[in-house]
Amino acid sequence: MHDTKVRPASEIERHTLTVLVDNEAGVLARVVGLFSGRGYNIESLTVAEVDPMARTSRITIVTTGTPEVIEQIEAQLRRLVPTHKVTNWTDTKNGAKAGIEREMALIKVAGTGEKRVEALRMADAFRARPVDTTHSSFVFEITGAPAKIDSFVELMRPLGLVDVSRTGVAAISRGPEAM
Amino acid sequence: MDKDNSLQALATEAAQTMTGAQMVIRALKDQGVTHIFGYPGGAVLPIYDALFKVEGITHVLVRHEQGAVHAAEGYARSTGKPGVVLVTSGPGATNAVTGLTDALMDSIPLIVLTGQVPTHLIGTDAFQECDTVGITRPCTKHNWLVKDVNELSRVLHEAFEIATTGRPGPVVVDIPKDVQFQNGSYHGPQAIHHRTYRPKTDPDLSAIVKAVEMMAAAKRPIFYTGGGIINSGPEAAKLLRELVDLTGFPVTSTLMGLGAFPASRPEWMGLVGMHGTWEANHAMHDCDLMICLGARFDDRVTGKVSAFSPKSKKIHLDIDASQINKIVRVDLGIVADATKALREIIRFWKTQKHKVQAAALKDWWAQIDQWRGKKSLSYRNSDTIIKPQYAIDRLYELTRHRDDVFVTTEVGQHQMWAAQRFHFQQPNHWMTSGGLGTMGYGLPAAVGVQVAHPDALVIDIAGEASVQMTMQEMSTAMQYDLPIKIFILNNEYMGMVRQWQEILHGGRYSHSYSEALPDFVKMADAFGCVGLRATKPSELDGKIQEMLSVRRPVLFDCRVDPTENCYPMIPSGGAHNEMLLSPDDGGEISEAGKMLV
Repeated sequence: MHDTKVRPASEIERHTLTVLVDNEAGVLARVVGLFSGRGYNIESLTVAEVDPMARTSRITIVTTGTPEVIEQIEAQLRRLVPTHKVTNWTDTKNGAKAGIEREMALIKVAGTGEKRVEALRMADAFRARPVDTTHSSFVFEITGAPAKIDSFVELMRPLGLVDVSRTGVAAISRGPEAM
Repeated sequence: MDKDNSLQALATEAAQTMTGAQMVIRALKDQGVTHIFGYPGGAVLPIYDALFKVEGITHVLVRHEQGAVHAAEGYARSTGKPGVVLVTSGPGATNAVTGLTDALMDSIPLIVLTGQVPTHLIGTDAFQECDTVGITRPCTKHNWLVKDVNELSRVLHEAFEIATTGRPGPVVVDIPKDVQFQNGSYHGPQAIHHRTYRPKTDPDLSAIVKAVEMMAAAKRPIFYTGGGIINSGPEAAKLLRELVDLTGFPVTSTLMGLGAFPASRPEWMGLVGMHGTWEANHAMHDCDLMICLGARFDDRVTGKVSAFSPKSKKIHLDIDASQINKIVRVDLGIVADATKALREIIRFWKTQKHKVQAAALKDWWAQIDQWRGKKSLSYRNSDTIIKPQYAIDRLYELTRHRDDVFVTTEVGQHQMWAAQRFHFQQPNHWMTSGGLGTMGYGLPAAVGVQVAHPDALVIDIAGEASVQMTMQEMSTAMQYDLPIKIFILNNEYMGMVRQWQEILHGGRYSHSYSEALPDFVKMADAFGCVGLRATKPSELDGKIQEMLSVRRPVLFDCRVDPTENCYPMIPSGGAHNEMLLSPDDGGEISEAGKMLV
């Protein structure tokens, strides 16, 4: 979904960043506080401990800004004391860095009759799996790039969309190396 | 660290059992701390109890926690050592916030220890409870809440490591009262190293080579130096002098960097920025190579960014990678400690036998001399009323024979006049609130400087408005026999506010006049200090001599022209070549400019 063309300096870009941090009290507040305090945007954020032995957590943030702002965000994140590493998966200067981005969503659709059948058919096309079924509703689990989830949600809207829960983006590099 | 301390530190490598409160004192001793600034309260009583029994650490009791933090800043900036503060929970911690923010903005190493309510009461809105780590997270380099006494010594030593290395800054360690009472294992500093934090201090040599080549090719170069030179230590200031000896390039400095380069040398251009000299700002604007050493392109320096030094290539040396390209895009960024980078620049300049562009440099200096001819710091003196510029000039002239003069300031016109006219020859002798612009900084900072240098001459150049914000620290100065000199340029106005209202708001002086000022001489008397007053130019020298001759704190009420403005000035939103030299210049200020602070 991310445009990799080189754009004029002032244009807003969307970037996915991963921050590997020590899993200590307040570390998420530090990261989030940095974004709010310096006026940066957060479109989505996911966080979980990824290595209990090393006590490291991985925070993935989708943010928007001009290339200058994105560069500042990365530098400011690196400056935090518990930060091990910052990776930008949308690095337009260095195309080799692109990572895989996935998001999971739970989507509830309520309805009966033809709409219900249509919802199930769409879900099948999107490889969304019903994880809860009643006579009048489905909960679908769908995984994919954020844009795929956006499209699925839009398709479900006229078919009785009730509720959406999204995890935000998780990202990892292609090939054998770690971030 | 002296020999005794390092032996002691080695001895502590094996864990010892003690209470959390004892660990705090032991860690301070192991870190070589000799002075702390603080104020007791319920949640730090165990630490104060441990302090009562200990020798070798002097506690300075302030009158307000903000004063403790500013005093620690003054101590740190005049010694190069970290400042240490001890305050209680709740209001003790919140009162420290202004000082913490000030230290963060100006990169001053501080370790601030705060008491906290016992762990089982955290989150219950207990008496004198506040979320100290939450409140101080954005105004510290790092902070900790220590809930386990066995973590305490590690955190304390990490706190020193983080405050003093890389880009220095303040840290907070919040210690619940029950943790102070509990027994646990103490480890010495040798065993402690933060598991993630690794500041980069060594320069990339390829960048150094490139920098040296750019310097050798420059026809109109300028060194733009900042607080990074001071923070790196006295060696950096020495290396800067050596580099200027080698190149003959002109030098200007930010407010934070004054003293790194001697003001008496011919290459010195004076202060840069909003109230900088005509020659410094024009040279910044017209240079072809700007070599920024440990400064951060603050808005008070750049003026209008889009018009900032449009014709130059720029090199930016900073220990903090996030400063490179933050405000101004540069051609070469060097992330390193200033001492290390300057040493390499000098080494490569010498070994590669670089030469300056001598002919071009001669023309450049001719241009600079022409700008100097403007004499932008001149003013119209008076026989009847003391001009604030004259007061600073006399204070400087009557003290310049000493090499142990330390100057602190409050914030406003007096601060800018002091920066322009009190000429510094060495680093660590000028303490002012640059980034945050904290009125009330100077008096407690002077207390901290005098604690560190008991025999030195410590002067707080103050305004009558600023000084009232932390005036109670006069009492601290008396208690510890600290003969600080508080030299108030009393113009009865918040002078800089008044100046801006005159220039930007049609002379509508909304709430900038203090109609009910205290009698500062009587106030000095009430505190047990010496109060002096000068109202006429003719009596100024005599009164200053009197101030210098008493070995007690002095409050000097210097009555100056209330309507004097501080020039030169780059009006808001202006470029470096759009300076006002006097009220007669009357430049137009754009609507966009009025929006700026």
